Amino acid sequence: MTTLDSSKEIQKNNSEINETHEDFRMFGLITFLIADGMTFAGFFAAYLTYKAVNPLPDGAIYELELPIPTLNTILLLVSSATFHKAGKALLKDKNSDSQKWLFFTAFLGIIFLICQLFEYFHLPFGLTDNLFASTFYALTGFHGLHVTLGTLMILIIAWQSRINGGRLTSQNMFPLEAVELYWHFVDGIWVVLFIILYLL
Amino acid sequence: MLNKNIYLILIISLVFAISFWIGSNVNLLPAEASINAPIYDELFKILFITGLIIFIGMTIAVIYSLFKFRKRNDQIGDGIALEGNLSLEIVWTIIPSIIVLLIGLYSYNIYDRMGGMKELNHNHEMMSSNSEKIWAGISQTSDNELAINNLSIEVSAMQFAFLFNYPKGNFISGELHVPVDQKVLMKMESKDVIHAFWVPEFRIKQDIIPGQPTILNFTPTKVGKYPIICAELCGPYHGGMRASIIVEEESDYNEWFNKNKKPEVNL
Amino acid sequence: MTISIDPQKTNNESLQPKGWIRYFSFSLDHKVIGIQYLVCGFLFYLIGGTLASAIRIELASPMSDFMPRDVYNQVLTLHGTIMIFLWIVPVVNGAFGNYLIPFYVGARDMAFPRLNAVAFWLIPPSGLMLVASYFVEGAAQAGWTAYPPLSITTPQSGQIIWILSVLLLGGSSIFGGINFIATIIKLRRPGLKLMQLPMYCWAMLGTSLLVVLSTPVLAGTLILLSFDIIANTGFFNPVLGGNVVVYQHLFWFYSHPAVYIMVLPAFGLVSEILPVHARKPLFGYTTMVFSIMGIVVLGLVVWAHHMFTSGTPPWMRLFFTIATAFIAVPTGIKFFNWVATLWGGKISINSAILFSCGFIINFVFGGITGVALAQVPFDIHVHDTYFVVAHFHYIVYGGTVFIIFSSIYHWFPKVTGKMLNEKLGILHFIITFIGFNLCFAPQHWLGLNGMPRRVAEYDPQFQFVNQISSLGALLMAISTIPFLINVFLSVRNGKNAGDNPWNALTPEWLTSSPPPVENWAGEAPLVEEPYGYGKEISEQK
Repeated sequence: MTTLDSSKEIQKNNSEINETHEDFRMFGLITFLIADGMTFAGFFAAYLTYKAVNPLPDGAIYELELPIPTLNTILLLVSSATFHKAGKALLKDKNSDSQKWLFFTAFLGIIFLICQLFEYFHLPFGLTDNLFASTFYALTGFHGLHVTLGTLMILIIAWQSRINGGRLTSQNMFPLEAVELYWHFVDGIWVVLFIILYLL
Repeated sequence: MLNKNIYLILIISLVFAISFWIGSNVNLLPAEASINAPIYDELFKILFITGLIIFIGMTIAVIYSLFKFRKRNDQIGDGIALEGNLSLEIVWTIIPSIIVLLIGLYSYNIYDRMGGMKELNHNHEMMSSNSEKIWAGISQTSDNELAINNLSIEVSAMQFAFLFNYPKGNFISGELHVPVDQKVLMKMESKDVIHAFWVPEFRIKQDIIPGQPTILNFTPTKVGKYPIICAELCGPYHGGMRASIIVEEESDYNEWFNKNKKPEVNL
Repeated sequence: MTISIDPQKTNNESLQPKGWIRYFSFSLDHKVIGIQYLVCGFLFYLIGGTLASAIRIELASPMSDFMPRDVYNQVLTLHGTIMIFLWIVPVVNGAFGNYLIPFYVGARDMAFPRLNAVAFWLIPPSGLMLVASYFVEGAAQAGWTAYPPLSITTPQSGQIIWILSVLLLGGSSIFGGINFIATIIKLRRPGLKLMQLPMYCWAMLGTSLLVVLSTPVLAGTLILLSFDIIANTGFFNPVLGGNVVVYQHLFWFYSHPAVYIMVLPAFGLVSEILPVHARKPLFGYTTMVFSIMGIVVLGLVVWAHHMFTSGTPPWMRLFFTIATAFIAVPTGIKFFNWVATLWGGKISINSAILFSCGFIINFVFGGITGVALAQVPFDIHVHDTYFVVAHFHYIVYGGTVFIIFSSIYHWFPKVTGKMLNEKLGILHFIITFIGFNLCFAPQHWLGLNGMPRRVAEYDPQFQFVNQISSLGALLMAISTIPFLINVFLSVRNGKNAGDNPWNALTPEWLTSSPPPVENWAGEAPLVEEPYGYGKEISEQK
């Protein structure tokens, strides 16, 4: 067919052109995070509307204790800082330092998840007890899913930043930067969630 | 040039004349049977005429350009390289804005006359306990009237029927009977899924929502039997979910009411 | 930071299948993906159209006699879902967007080719899953809006499959949106300014912003709804203390912008088609850009006009009335500009321009009923009636689907290198236009006079008008026959089109037809005036 013949010629021409363009993977990631943030915004909007319109029925229990979530907030904020450290270390080609910081960040993430599960098991209400209980579990659960995903990704890039044979180097920072941005995003969402769900 | 302008003015006035004629002589609506209906029809007429003017005008412009500016066989080359005209753009930004704003204000006025802008969220113990939040549909009643009104009816909707409870007579009816020219007050709640209460001849509609009572008021003005239609998809028999509203003279209504009235049972 | 892209690496031709088989592969070529979207969407259009015909057959008589009542509800749910999520959204966004946007920005492919292919390949399985759900335990039957509590109380398997399918399609739409935004903003050829882009790029940028901002909210809502169905939570279940109106707010926060997701790309496409066939520059480029962005902003804050009868406070109704009515202003500007584009041109009367003008007429009608519907007192009477059905179809069928056909007539020579038969095309237009108006215009009257939507049985006084409407639907079904014959004949032995049969100036025509794999031999051309008709540049050609 004519299509293929003409395209072959062009293929020849193309290979001579060395094209470069800006790396816009980060741009795509930011757009995706905006979309992801809108999912949370929808949940928050629902929660706030329920709070304004639907009173808690008589006899329903919806009480939250502050210590564990406060600890969790601190854990996540610290983990954001340690992640940042990992990035700085990698930029200076200190791969093993970077790896240590990454493992520490993942460790904080795991502690966060354990605390979250501990809170789940000790709350006086279950998923289907009342509207607020359901919304609480949906919001924290959806966030917890993000933390789980983030922790797994941190473990993967920590593995990749090993000194021999690792793909993560100061020349190839994108995986680390992407996961870091995602992790900061998840932290930010947690802060909003903490304020709306626990403090308000 | 002068000639062209005269033609333009002629066509525009013709479009206006035709639109006004159609708008005033073609009736697309069912009978008017409540005090809402004539108000609604007034709005409808204005919207209909404005819409016709724009629609006929645009259609003529499109068909005329297709005919007038079609490419003839002997023609080559392009049309004029006209990329825009700022004053024209301003004109067709401002004029539609004004039209839209006027229509918006006018419909606000209509809605107010129908009674839709009244907040009904506060103190009428007769209809609700304090913890309940009631959202109004259309209401033409002030709170004072609400308290003294005799014709309050509780509507409950379920798959696939309406039930009308007359608290004053302590009975439930499957047909809604109301006297003509009197304000009717309805508190509606659904037992299962969302339904809607619609009487086309009254030009009113309000969703009946489970877990959240709604209020609807109307004043029928014409004796007759009109359909009550469920307008929100509620299940397989949605199309069959209908009831009748029977508007009758007050004496007929009282006769019907007293026939159905049950003595209060004290438990 | 820059990364070098070796053209051989991103699109290695030796690894890509050749011939027609590539349309069934995980191809990374944006043109192949565009065609995949179009053909896949059209197949679903045939399914959705068959369902529509079933609805019109049922409504030809006032009794529910053609199919069981619950099947009727499944049919109308599937019709709505398929037409919106599997035909119109994927085709006006995915198909034409993927095919045209890289040409328009002067790129060799989309920004993220792999994500692009993933976005497409999410569609066929979720569509098939949706259709197959009918054979399991019955498809979803709560309408495409899936309002709880009805969607919670109807058979669960169908509703869950529906949710899963819409979630996947939403994901596909978001991936597509991210890709379009990145391509338009970041992948522009050096030297090409934003205000030199063809209008379709702006339309797709606006649409993608709406997709990215609103689709996730629908996803979240449907996740909550599925919890209500599976896990017995009570978000939207009043029996358990939930609030059904919250669902409607969240749902319409997506689904009203969804109308613009379906319509804005059509606005973009018609802005490409009209100047080419009228041989005139697009009138008022700058205002067209601003009106698109105006529609995007307003489109996000008008959702509650779908809920005027469902118990919203009065101040909210007033705000949403005014905001909604004001969308008519930027939309109106676009229509005046299109008519001004035609005015004084040298218009070739062909199928593409006829479908575009049919679009203008139908859409103006739908827009006028739209402004009327925005008025609370007007809406209260006609909400959830056939008036709304008619309005909606004037917008999405009379509007967007007409433009899809117009675009197929316009870009068919680009894609295949063959011309479509004009006589069959004009026949297609005439039957579609008459059938469409015959089908939907009478429905306005039905709605005003008391026929609610989504009913299988109705008052016998409406029978005659319903039969006229069904006759129109029959004509619409027939109208696809000349179209399909035309496409099949032209693909096999259509007239050779040459590279640029319309003598157009937009970038996609400045390469061979069909285009080579990497779009251009050599460097991408810098098109500073995509609508420079009547100027020296085009006269030299």
